Amino acid sequence: MDWQALLLTLRLATLTTAILLVVAVPLAALLVLGRSRWLVLVEALTALPLVLPPTVLGFFLLVLLGPRTALGRVIIGVLGHPLAFSFSGLVVGSVIYSLPFAVQPITAGFAAVNPALVDAARLLGAGTPRLVSTVLLPLARRSIVVAAVLSFLHTVGEFGVVLMLGGDIPGATRTLSIVLYDQVESFDYAAAMRTAVALLTMSIVALVAIYATGAGRRMSQGDRRG
Amino acid sequence: MVDCSFDLRRGGFHLRIACRFASEWTVIFGPSGAGKSTLLRMLAGLERGGAARIGVEDKEVADLPAGRRRIGLLTQQAALFPHLSVSANVSYGLHGMTREARSVRVKEMLELVEAKNLADHRISDLSGGEVQRVALARALAPMPRLLLLDEPFSALDGKASNELLMRLQPWLRERNIQVIQATHDATDAFLTNAEVVLLQDGQIVAQGPAFEVLQTERERLTRNLSAAQKSAS
Repeated sequence: MDWQALLLTLRLATLTTAILLVVAVPLAALLVLGRSRWLVLVEALTALPLVLPPTVLGFFLLVLLGPRTALGRVIIGVLGHPLAFSFSGLVVGSVIYSLPFAVQPITAGFAAVNPALVDAARLLGAGTPRLVSTVLLPLARRSIVVAAVLSFLHTVGEFGVVLMLGGDIPGATRTLSIVLYDQVESFDYAAAMRTAVALLTMSIVALVAIYATGAGRRMSQGDRRG
Repeated sequence: MVDCSFDLRRGGFHLRIACRFASEWTVIFGPSGAGKSTLLRMLAGLERGGAARIGVEDKEVADLPAGRRRIGLLTQQAALFPHLSVSANVSYGLHGMTREARSVRVKEMLELVEAKNLADHRISDLSGGEVQRVALARALAPMPRLLLLDEPFSALDGKASNELLMRLQPWLRERNIQVIQATHDATDAFLTNAEVVLLQDGQIVAQGPAFEVLQTERERLTRNLSAAQKSAS
């Protein structure tokens, strides 16, 4: 087992999940509570990584964050190095790639809260931040758990974006998925099996944990709460 | 005093109203689908669209968000927050008050609706009638200048509902809180000695004292019945 790659993968997934939750909660609140017709565009862009091949996304990010674009040059100016082929670049790529896995469960959870409760909170003077923190989040807490677990697992299993954007640098961008690919390429099937079983075990344990809390079933049934 | 005008189209429904609610208790009376709930939701700021002008005590509130209009709304669906206790629900709308002041207000409100023994209860433990009493306490706690009631006491039996209304009226009068109540039950209008607004198909067809407006309505129905009998014979 490549412990360095395992730790790097867990660090990447944890950081990505934390950032995604911070980004996804206000985004989901905007999608559920907002009234602008332009929100359809936001919703479509958020879902784009679901249908876009990971290598295509990785390629665009590689170009966008590289020295050929203004954004890339600004980043190089600030950090002193390009985001591509660095751990920070992997985090940016993972956040974008796993965005729908965080936003969609939370949006579904918020949308399932009884609209009469939202009206009641509004009438009692709650602005959007208070409405989200005191009504939507507590009532959709299982959706938050689902979003966190799905984002974490999706980042752990990510391959295409990581390879395109991060390459295969030990200790910096080599995750377990890349290790598995390298092991298969070098015909080391015994090591590949151990890596694959480790990834599989992580996924099964996390999903069983979700369904044991009932959150998974509730999410798939789209129940109304409150 | 509420001065308002609305012109709202929703599908085949057209709410077209221009009126003044000057009485301390106004009952909006009309059949289902007449537009009673839509009118109350527009006054509260929960429905928007069309042309709207709403003056409450000479202050234009149509552009204000619901939470800044100082209007309370109590509907058939009490919508208490299920994850909060009874007292946390009642204190939800209390802003800019010390903890002690909030606690005193919550106690006062729960006493008013005869639910002070429920303060620490979970919402899921309450009966339908208790839920509606607590929802009333929550709507009144911020001391709105206008209270909108949309058939809110359906889970209370007739006697309990009448007693609560009798208890509520002097309390509201003392605090100068105006009430507009939507109902299809004429008893509420007579019980509260309210001014009655008769709403049909999104338009006001009569407005005045209960005995007058509802008598007109009764006469109209009698006339229709007579006409129907004549054409049948």
